[in-house]
Amino acid sequence: MASIVVAKELTKKFGEFTAVDHVSFEVHKGECVGFLGPNGAGKTTTVRMVYCFLPPTEGELTVAGYDVKRHSREIKRLVGVAPQEDNLDPDFTVLKNLLVYARYFDLPKDEALRRAMAQLKFFQLEEKRDMHISQLSTGMKRRLILARALINNPQLLLLDEPTTGLDPQARHLVWDEVRTLRRQGVTTILTTHYMEEAAALCDRVLIMGGGRIIEQGAPQELVRKHVGEDVLEVSVDDENTLQLLKTRFPEATFEFSGDRLYVFTQHAHGVFERFLTEYPLKNVTIRNANLEDVFLKLTGRRLKE
Amino acid sequence: MNLKKTFSELFSVPRLTYRAWKVWRRDFDVFMKTIRINFLPSLIEPILYLLALGVGLGGFVAPVEGMPYVKFIAPALVAISVMYGAFFENTYASFVRMYFQKTFDAIIATPVSVEEVIAGELLWGATRATINSTTVLAVVACFGLISSPAALLVPLLSFMCGLMFASIAMCFTAIAAEIDFFNYPSFLFITPMFLLSGTFFPLSTLPPAAQVAAQAVLPLTHVVILSRSLTTGVLSSSLLLNTAWVVGVTAVFFVLSINMMRKRLIK
Repeated sequence: MASIVVAKELTKKFGEFTAVDHVSFEVHKGECVGFLGPNGAGKTTTVRMVYCFLPPTEGELTVAGYDVKRHSREIKRLVGVAPQEDNLDPDFTVLKNLLVYARYFDLPKDEALRRAMAQLKFFQLEEKRDMHISQLSTGMKRRLILARALINNPQLLLLDEPTTGLDPQARHLVWDEVRTLRRQGVTTILTTHYMEEAAALCDRVLIMGGGRIIEQGAPQELVRKHVGEDVLEVSVDDENTLQLLKTRFPEATFEFSGDRLYVFTQHAHGVFERFLTEYPLKNVTIRNANLEDVFLKLTGRRLKE
Repeated sequence: MNLKKTFSELFSVPRLTYRAWKVWRRDFDVFMKTIRINFLPSLIEPILYLLALGVGLGGFVAPVEGMPYVKFIAPALVAISVMYGAFFENTYASFVRMYFQKTFDAIIATPVSVEEVIAGELLWGATRATINSTTVLAVVACFGLISSPAALLVPLLSFMCGLMFASIAMCFTAIAAEIDFFNYPSFLFITPMFLLSGTFFPLSTLPPAAQVAAQAVLPLTHVVILSRSLTTGVLSSSLLLNTAWVVGVTAVFFVLSINMMRKRLIK
């Protein structure tokens, strides 16, 4: 499969601080790849290097075959960016925001208007076209930022935390739209600290921590590989319970987070249930393993701010 | 070695394309949205100054350099409007766009480069200065204070000098940590220039050392001399020196401000 982004030993330092530390990855045409990790993991810095906002300190990075160090103009023409923060132009209306942005890409006026109207329709913002940015809800602003990112028909879409701060309803609306774009074959890189989001949208996730890529793969694959099918979650208040679990599941991984103990095994469904019929513990849950558990197991931390 | 590198970074000539005008166009579009209030200050202010200082105070003042006081200050008001127009556009207004609105960040994600964003802002600052001063010129003309067709060159002069003040202002923006910082250049640089650049009394009344200092470090001095010559039609070859001073300072600060802003915006 053809790669649209290729990073080799990509590194970004801000003074003494290394934000991105020798990461290598590829993004293929048509893929939706998620960078997953807590704040400060290096996700946003990586994405900003891809759209030539930040110059890399070391390593190689090419986008659509162009080197970011020498061909930023060509790259920026092919890329659509939805940044984390709201940088819509508050001096203009919704429609004018798209038209002014289109001008930066040298789009002719009538073509810009045609595309802007199509985007407003797709993102259900048609009725807001003459409103000012300050009159929009957070969710609408987010969708307008996505619409703006698509105005140049990008080959690669970069979504930096597309749903942070949105209520569940607005979040699902954004997800639906991203999924539609994915079906249309738009290559997408997104960053998120929501496991659920990565699992719902991405073909592949790259888990980042401390500026490095800790693990990568398809969401379900990673879950199966690292944490099996089920997770036993229990509040442990005495040493005996822990000892009991350790004897009973010698090959399992145990992770504490707060006062909750998480037990991951590679066993099939049913082992935890059988165990509980023998030893009825209190405050216990058995649930499907998810990406969050993968993260906890890999880093020993829960993914929370 | 490091110093040499910093120096060459700060004074390397930026590569610019026509895209800078797209940024200019963005600012122009915003200006057109509120065009009615935008003209208000440059219409009202000169009238107030002409009445209060020219007619009011002028009644107590003997003719200056052979002309009535009101006629002496009229071209200074034109020059001052160039300074204020560009300075405020590229300090407070640019800072708001850069820092609070993140407008520059949004534009840099498109094929427009950071250098072009700043160049577009500077060109807009110069344009704003030209709009202001042309309005003031019209007001002054209505008072019958223009006596030479050379005054038709004032818009050209305003754009050139506007670009100078815009570039100087953008250097302050590049080092401003917060918007209140602009109080320093406003009160320590702009206000002294407003009063001491041969605006409301002739430079020749200053002590000789102060005259030299004013010509050396107060850009407005040169703008006032040029503006006064064009509106009165008293032209001399020494104006070429004033023009050269303005062009030189503009070139240096235009390049410097773009590089300083790039250093600030691209980490």
